Amino acid sequence: MKRQIPSQARRALSPAPNSKGADILRQMLVSVSAIVIALLLGMGLISLMKISPVKAFSALIEGAFSSKNALSETLVKLTPLLFTGISYALASRCGLTNLGMEGQMYIGALFSSYVGINVSGLPPILHVLLCIAAGFVGGGLWCLIAGALKVWFGASEIIVTVMLNTVAIYLIEFMVTSGPMLEPPGTVTGQSSPILDSARLATLIPGTRSHWGFILGLICIFLFWLFLWKSKKGYEVRVSGYNLQAAAYSGIDTKKNILLVTFLAGGVAGLAGVSEVLGVQGRLYALFSPGYGFDGIAVALIGMNSPIGIIVGALLFGAFRAGGNRMQMRAQVPDAIVSVIQAFVIIAVVASQMLLEIWNEHRLKKQQESKEA
Amino acid sequence: MDFLNTLAGWIATDLRLATPLLLAGLGLVIMNRAGILNIGAEGTMLIATLMAVVGSYYSGSVWIGMLFAMVSGALVGFLFSLLTVTLRANQVVVGAAINILGSGLSATLFRILFGVSSNVPLIDVFQPLNIPILGDIPFFGTAFFQQMPVVYIAFLMVPMVSYYLFRTQSGLNLRAVGENPKAADTLGISVYRTQYAAIVIGSMIIAMGGAFMSTGLTKFFSEEMVSGRGFIALAAVIFGRYKPRGVMFAAIVFMAGTVTANTLLASSSQIPYQFLTMLPYILTVIVLATFARSAIAPASLGKPYKRG
Repeated sequence: MKRQIPSQARRALSPAPNSKGADILRQMLVSVSAIVIALLLGMGLISLMKISPVKAFSALIEGAFSSKNALSETLVKLTPLLFTGISYALASRCGLTNLGMEGQMYIGALFSSYVGINVSGLPPILHVLLCIAAGFVGGGLWCLIAGALKVWFGASEIIVTVMLNTVAIYLIEFMVTSGPMLEPPGTVTGQSSPILDSARLATLIPGTRSHWGFILGLICIFLFWLFLWKSKKGYEVRVSGYNLQAAAYSGIDTKKNILLVTFLAGGVAGLAGVSEVLGVQGRLYALFSPGYGFDGIAVALIGMNSPIGIIVGALLFGAFRAGGNRMQMRAQVPDAIVSVIQAFVIIAVVASQMLLEIWNEHRLKKQQESKEA
Repeated sequence: MDFLNTLAGWIATDLRLATPLLLAGLGLVIMNRAGILNIGAEGTMLIATLMAVVGSYYSGSVWIGMLFAMVSGALVGFLFSLLTVTLRANQVVVGAAINILGSGLSATLFRILFGVSSNVPLIDVFQPLNIPILGDIPFFGTAFFQQMPVVYIAFLMVPMVSYYLFRTQSGLNLRAVGENPKAADTLGISVYRTQYAAIVIGSMIIAMGGAFMSTGLTKFFSEEMVSGRGFIALAAVIFGRYKPRGVMFAAIVFMAGTVTANTLLASSSQIPYQFLTMLPYILTVIVLATFARSAIAPASLGKPYKRG
């Protein structure tokens, strides 16, 4: 048992961009080979449907990377995944499981679209910033419900966050079909009025749908790293994530940290909704998300909850989302297969990580035995 | 008399709707008692909803559909065991992966097998089974004894699982593994084998719950049709204090919320339907928050066991 702790502790407490080159390399190798295995499994599944996997995947890659438009589409799809990936990773680093990114994203979208529609007369930059703040607070408070119920009542945040997803999705549907956010009569139901021009995010690459939400996502990645690995609070959070009881024993206020982290994690997930409303949709729609919140789980897991890893994970699954449409049209592969491949990737990453650990233990044991002999 | 009829119908509906939740909860209790935390019940059920429909469609018998679903549950359970018991991977992470797999796989296979046409094929589904004599008793007959076979099976499983867990040697061993695997190991109980068995059998029972949703509660598969019941079952287990009878009670209470919402919806009340649909989920959160502290989980729930 004693031997196991140092390796785990090192993984939990050392900076994600590990100082040891060999460690990064090995982690990367594990991730990459896991992704390759998962993709091969996905191809196998496609060929079971009697469809050529090469045709399917070339359609997918074409749809994601082949032109300026395809690339910008990938950028559009990966942007919300940056936020939801960070959200899962942040909670995870504190030992919490946030499965409620989808709902937090919807509430973030609600708050920011409210500000985007109803607050007028502001200069654009200020208006955008206000919308971002509103969305962050909205998502944060929604997730804080789970944090508070955990701290005060011992309710599992896993179940609460999942339940709140459904509640949030129906709440938004109500808001734009018969609630206060419905666009004034005479127009389509199921959507709000458009947000004011001063609240729209500018286009990133002229002539495409890509927008500044991507830059906001990268800023959040940087802040995520800064918070967890460069601040005292972040250190406390990581210690709590590694061992809650030990953290409490060493004088860390773990309850306060859970509240803080659930608020921040929910807030970041809320930003996914903000960037969709301000950057893509321009208004609040019912059911606007194809599951960006749930994708965040896979993004964070294959990124091993690290800043760079989340970017890579978001790129991978953003490309899947962007290319999935073309794959469905060209090769008749249902785009739901993206979820299957996502699950394969998670399983492959987890399995290879554990195999590596078991193999390391085995080697250590052998070394010790040969020393004793 | 009219009121009694309505009440009997209300109880009958409640029991029918509670059945998938009860089955999922029973499967989870068995696993939890062996120290396994499985949040993948939702995905396990989703795959089962499709497999039940596929089995029934191709064989013409809903019971074959049920069998298909249970086999799929066993396979999912085996995958879960392989990753969490043998490889000692994080159970929550693997459970989340199972959910994503379930949602993707059921949708993909469904679209391949049945296309995206809107005609729903007619398949064999469970029919109400009127128990002789008992079913003819006024009120009680309508409320309890004119149900589908799976409903009877589910409720009969409550005392069976309870007896197994608390009155047999094997059940005691299973609980010992969930409380203190190291001690159990010292006593010669195979921790891994016990956990494997608990996960595979538990997943099969969970899959029965999924199967009943698509071939009992409704007559066909639709994407994401489990809609959170796998997670509500997790809450039901906590509310039921990790005991089969408690889970039964919890399932009945949770679904009473849904039945009430449906009744209100049918009587076209002023409340927007979205709020009524939210009701069971909000109820789950409230119940969970109220009772979480009083439920004592098995001591090593969710912790991977390592020999030596």
